Amino acid sequence: MSDSTSGSTTTSTASSTASPAIRCAALRVVRGGNPVLHDIDLDVPAGTVTGLLGPSGCGKTTLMRAIVGSQRISSGAVTVLGEPAGSPALRRQVGYATQQASVYDDLTVEQNVRYFAVAVDAPAGDVERVLQAVDLGAFSGRLAGRLSGGQRSRVSLAVAMLGRPRLLILDEPTVGLDPVLREDLWSLFARLAAAGLTLVVSSHVMDEAERCDELLLMRDGRVLTRGTPAGLKERTGTTSMDAAFLRLIQEAAA
Amino acid sequence: MNGRRTVATAGRVLTQLRHDPRTVALMVVVPSVLMTMLRYVFDSKPFFSHVAPALLGFFPFLLMFLVTVITTLRERSSGTLERLLTTPMGRLDLLAGYALAFSAVAVVQVALAVTVSTWLGMNLAGSLWSLLLVALLDALFGVALGLFASAFARTEFQAVQFMPVIVLPQLLVCGLFVPRDRMADWLRYFSDAMPLSYAVEALQHVTNSASIDVHYVRGALVLAGTAIVSLVLAAATLKRTTA
Repeated sequence: MSDSTSGSTTTSTASSTASPAIRCAALRVVRGGNPVLHDIDLDVPAGTVTGLLGPSGCGKTTLMRAIVGSQRISSGAVTVLGEPAGSPALRRQVGYATQQASVYDDLTVEQNVRYFAVAVDAPAGDVERVLQAVDLGAFSGRLAGRLSGGQRSRVSLAVAMLGRPRLLILDEPTVGLDPVLREDLWSLFARLAAAGLTLVVSSHVMDEAERCDELLLMRDGRVLTRGTPAGLKERTGTTSMDAAFLRLIQEAAA
Repeated sequence: MNGRRTVATAGRVLTQLRHDPRTVALMVVVPSVLMTMLRYVFDSKPFFSHVAPALLGFFPFLLMFLVTVITTLRERSSGTLERLLTTPMGRLDLLAGYALAFSAVAVVQVALAVTVSTWLGMNLAGSLWSLLLVALLDALFGVALGLFASAFARTEFQAVQFMPVIVLPQLLVCGLFVPRDRMADWLRYFSDAMPLSYAVEALQHVTNSASIDVHYVRGALVLAGTAIVSLVLAAATLKRTTA
């Protein structure tokens, strides 16, 4: 793994000098007459782990779908790795794991991964690589429907990593996982980012926020604030992420 | 179209079925059981011979339609469809894979039903192969129509309701119960517009004549054509971007 890309950019201004992996410009999504995302302007620097945080229903998933290109947008633009989101050239470069594990319950773990490997033209040996990365090698012969929730979401994560994408969009990948496994996954994310991948990871567990290079706090379809974990704590004069978020939300409400 | 992805999809669907032996057993055995019942309900070999070929076309159509609607609906609601559409997988690769897998099941289903029917005394003037071909096209049409119809169901409950709405009216006017030229005009126009009518016409021809005539060819072509049109329409319902 190369160390050429800095995994931990300290400020958002420093990282935005390079060409961003994701750029949203005045992104607006209206669904069924209700605005879900309001004019989001956003740059996500390449080679970083960006945490997307906020209460459920705040638009995290919609924003992720817009980046992947499966969300119809009302206005604005989303550019991913220099191409409009959802363009055919990106289908091999963006890996997406939805919040609900999108795998076939009536296939084994390995059969699931093998099928998706063909869909993304993953090279030989990729199936074993991703199963090992999410620590599911021992379960490769088990039906996905017989797995626990955390195991199923790891199958889904393994599928997203197939074919070495340059951008990973992961919607709550650590829900239902025990602390050891969660720690393993966050270490994996950091290694991937160090190797130049860009990751956008949503979560509502605040102690996980510490593991991100950059945080985006969303509320009611808007990006409330962004910054590094240390920067946000400093700005709010707090010592824990929990307290920092509470303070930021109170400030926004005031 | 990408052959590798189509074959992988067909293999995946068949593997899913393999993990569900009860469904496979039902798909393969039910038409044969129904044909056996039919034989003894009428309790007359000549009458059985008369209606059996048309029903050998209808049962595969019905079962394949149902299985496909449910399977595809599941794919839509589990998120796997959305995931596949974010990959280079082509929409037609996916649909052709489904059609291929279910056609393979239909081959087994139809072959068994035809064998059982022959054993029960079904008498064909035409060749068994010409019957098999139309029955298979019927199954394929059921698959294609099911792929398309699944776009209009939100729940499996709704999907099952498509059977009385889409399938049974076709059965009523296809000429099996009453010859089509004896129907009221408006019913005959409706019947003229339904693909199954042409299938039954072709199958009745196989029953009564050893020649391959214009009715047979027309029936086969109508089925193949509507199957292809349904597949293309189904592809149009698979949207990479949704609201």
